[in-house]
Amino acid sequence: MKVKQMKGSYALFESLLAEKVDTIFGYPGGSIIPVYDALYDYTDRINHILVRHEQAAAHAAEGYARVSGKVGVALVTSGPGATNTITGIADAMMDNTPIVVIAGQVATTALGSDAFQETDLVGVTQPVTKWSYQIRRPEDIPWAVSRAFYIAQSGRPGPVVLDLTKNAQTGICDFSYQKTEFIRSYIPDPEIDKEVIEQAAHIINAAKKPFALIGQGVILANAEKEVKQMLEKANIPAATTLMGLSAISSKHPLNKGMLGMHGNLGPNMKTNECDVLIAIGMRFSDRVTGKLATYAKQAKVIHFDIDQSEIGKNVKVTLGVLGNIKESVPMVTDLLTEQRHDDWIKSFEPLERKEHDKVLLKEVEEAKGPIHMGEVIAKISEATGHKAVLVTDVGQNQIIAARYFKYTKTRSLVTSGGLGTMGFCLPAAMGAKLGAPSRTIFAVCGDGGFQMTVEELGTILQSQIGIKIILLNNNKLGMVRQWQKLFWQRRYSFTDMINPNFNTIADAYGIRNRMVNKREEIDDAIADMMKDDKAFLLVVNTEPDVMVYPMTPAGDDVTNVLLEESSK
Amino acid sequence: MEERTLYTVTVFSENRVGLLNQISIIFNRRQLNIETLSVSPSALRGIHKFTITTYTDHDTIEKVVAQIDKRVDILKAYYNTDSELVYQEIALYKVSTNALLKLGSIESLIRQHNITILEITDNSVVFQKTGLYDETQRLFDELQQSIGVLQFIRSGRVAITRSKVERLSDMLEQIEKIRERKSKHA
Ligand SMILES: Cc1ncc(C[n+]2csc(CCOP(=O)(O)OP(=O)(O)O)c2C)c(N)n1
Repeated sequence: MKVKQMKGSYALFESLLAEKVDTIFGYPGGSIIPVYDALYDYTDRINHILVRHEQAAAHAAEGYARVSGKVGVALVTSGPGATNTITGIADAMMDNTPIVVIAGQVATTALGSDAFQETDLVGVTQPVTKWSYQIRRPEDIPWAVSRAFYIAQSGRPGPVVLDLTKNAQTGICDFSYQKTEFIRSYIPDPEIDKEVIEQAAHIINAAKKPFALIGQGVILANAEKEVKQMLEKANIPAATTLMGLSAISSKHPLNKGMLGMHGNLGPNMKTNECDVLIAIGMRFSDRVTGKLATYAKQAKVIHFDIDQSEIGKNVKVTLGVLGNIKESVPMVTDLLTEQRHDDWIKSFEPLERKEHDKVLLKEVEEAKGPIHMGEVIAKISEATGHKAVLVTDVGQNQIIAARYFKYTKTRSLVTSGGLGTMGFCLPAAMGAKLGAPSRTIFAVCGDGGFQMTVEELGTILQSQIGIKIILLNNNKLGMVRQWQKLFWQRRYSFTDMINPNFNTIADAYGIRNRMVNKREEIDDAIADMMKDDKAFLLVVNTEPDVMVYPMTPAGDDVTNVLLEESSK
Repeated sequence: MEERTLYTVTVFSENRVGLLNQISIIFNRRQLNIETLSVSPSALRGIHKFTITTYTDHDTIEKVVAQIDKRVDILKAYYNTDSELVYQEIALYKVSTNALLKLGSIESLIRQHNITILEITDNSVVFQKTGLYDETQRLFDELQQSIGVLQFIRSGRVAITRSKVERLSDMLEQIEKIRERKSKHA
C-alpha cells in the first residue's frame, strides 16, 4: 500500500477518487472552505455542480444515484448548509437511495460550545440515515469515506452522512486507501436458506392464481432480468409499486400495471383474489396495501427481501425469503415448473377495459375541454419512443405522470415515493441528467412543487444542464385540493395559487420556453422542446379542476377503488 | 390489542459514540417507554452490551428488535421474557437514623430483606438490597410506611441468559465465516 502525507482535505478527494466519484453537488461555506480549497486542484477529475440551495444538492445526488446505480455525493458546509440537506437525506432513507452527504463541522475543540454554525448533525440525522459519522481526525478520513460508500450501496441502500470537523480537514495525515468489503457488525447480504427456496418453489408451483408484486428492490438489486425469467417461466402476472415502475417493461404482457392508492384497477382488485402473492423487493407501504386487516387475507404471501426487518413488518407472511433477490429469485425459478395461468391472466382484462373506459378515455384518448395532464404525459412519453427518464415532483402531476408514461428501460422513473417531497423534481432531474447524460430527462412538476426549488434554474443555467421541464400548471395545490373535494366537503382551504409568469422566469435564466393553453398546440410545442439538447421549460396550463382516478381512499380496503366522482 | 409483557432487550454493539441515541430513537418511534436501562462492557472484548426493559406486545418487540439489529454499528439484538433469563436489580435506600432506631425491629428487618448496610451517620443510614423488582419495591413500601424513605434509587436490570456463553459468540463465529468467504472471493 502506498502511503503519502497530505492534508485531510486532500485525503478526502483522494478517497473520493478511489471510490470513482466524478460528480459532486455542493455549496461552500466557512466550515468546509479547506475542502473547497483542495477541490480547486481536482476540477480536472471531479465535476462539481454548484447548486443554489443545499436541499437541491441532496436531491440532485439522489437523482444521480437513481439513474446511474452509483452513489450520489453532496458537499455542504456546517450548520444551515447541513440542515438544509436533511429533507433530501430523509427522502433517500425512505426510498433507499445511496447517497453520501459530506458536511463541514466546527473544529473538535469548539464542539458542544454552540460555536458559530455548529449543529449536532450526527444527532439530528441519526433517525434518517443508514449511518452517520463524525470525523474528528484527518487520519480517519479514508477509513470513514470507504465505510460510507460501502454502507450506502451495499445491502439495502441508503444515505450516509459524514460530519467532517475543520481540524480533520486542515490537519496532516498519512494517506492510504483501502476499500471496505466487510464490517463485522453489518451483514448486508444474508445467506440464503436453501430450504426456504424449496418451500417457495413448492408454494408457487401449487398456485392456481399467483400474482407478483415488484418493488424498487428489483431495480436496486439489478435483478430485472431474473424476475422477468421467473414470471415468464411460471406464467405469473405482475404489477409494480410506484417505486418499482420501469423494473419491467410497460409493454410486457405479464405486466398488469401499478399497485396502490392511484394504481390500476386490475392489480388492486386481484390482490384480494389471488391465491399466492409473491412480493419481490417491496415493503407493503400503506399507500400500496390500504387497510391491512382486509389485505390479501385469502392468499399465501411469499416475501423476497434483503432486509430481515421488512419481512412481516406490515403484512404477515407465509414465507419470508431473506437474501439478495438477484440470487434468491433465480434459485426459486430453477425449481419452478413451466405453467400456464391463461384464464387467471385473462381475468384482468375486464378490469383493464373498465378502467380504460371510465378513466383513460377521458384523461388521454378522448380528452375534451381544457388540457388534461394525462394526455400531455402520453405525448412526451411517445416523443422519445418511451425511452426517456421521467422525473416527477409530488402531487397530481406525479401520479398522472407515473401512470401515463411508458417504460421500456429500467431506472426510468425518479420520484419521491416514500417521503413525497415537493420540490424534489427539479434538482433530482439535474442529478439524473448528470447520471445519465445520453438519456432524455423529462422533469414533470406542478406549479406548487416547481416553486419550492425554482432557484435551481440558476444551476441549470450555470452548468448547462439540458433537462426538459414540463410544468403542469393548474394554479392549485392540486392533490391537496382533491382530498378537500372528496373528503373535506369542498372546503378549499389555501390550495389556490396566484402564480407568476413562469415563462418570464425562464427567460430571466436564459432557458428556452413555451406556454401551451390549447390541445392543438401540444404536439408542436413538444417538437420544439425536443429540437435540441438544451434545457427547456414547457408550461402547460391544464384544467383547474384536476382529479386523479382511480383512487382508493387512504386506509380503505384495497378493492374499494373510486373510478370517478360519483362512483362512491 | 395483544397483552403487554415485560421484555428484556439485549443489544451488543461496537463501542462507538452515539449508539444509545440510535437505539432509543427506535423505541421512541414505536412509542415504547424504556423501563430500565443498563450499559456495560460484555464478556467479549470491545463489545458493549445494553440491557433494556420495556412493556409491550410480542409483535411490536419483534419488529423493534429487528430494526435495532439492522443498524450498522449493532452486532446483534435479542429479546427475552423473564423466564428465559437470570436477572437482578440493585436498590439503595436512605432513611433517617433516628427514625430507624425508634423502629425497634432492625435485626428482623435486615434478616428478612437480606439488607446490606453501606453507611451509617448520625443523620442517616444507607441500605442496599439486591433482588427482583417486586422484592426491592416491597422493602421500599415497608420503609416508606413505617419510617419514611429520604432517598431511593433502583438500578436498571442486569440479565444473563440461561445459555452457556454470550449468545453473540455464535454470531461472531458466523461473521468470521463470512469474512473468510469474502477474502477468498477477493
Ligand atoms: C414539502 C411538501 N410540502 C407539502 C406537501 C403536501 N402536498 C402534497 S401534494 C401537494 C400539492 C402539490 O401541488 P402542485 O405542486 O401544484 O402539484 P399538483 O398536485 O397540482 O399536480 C401538497 C401541498 C408535500 N408533499 N411536500
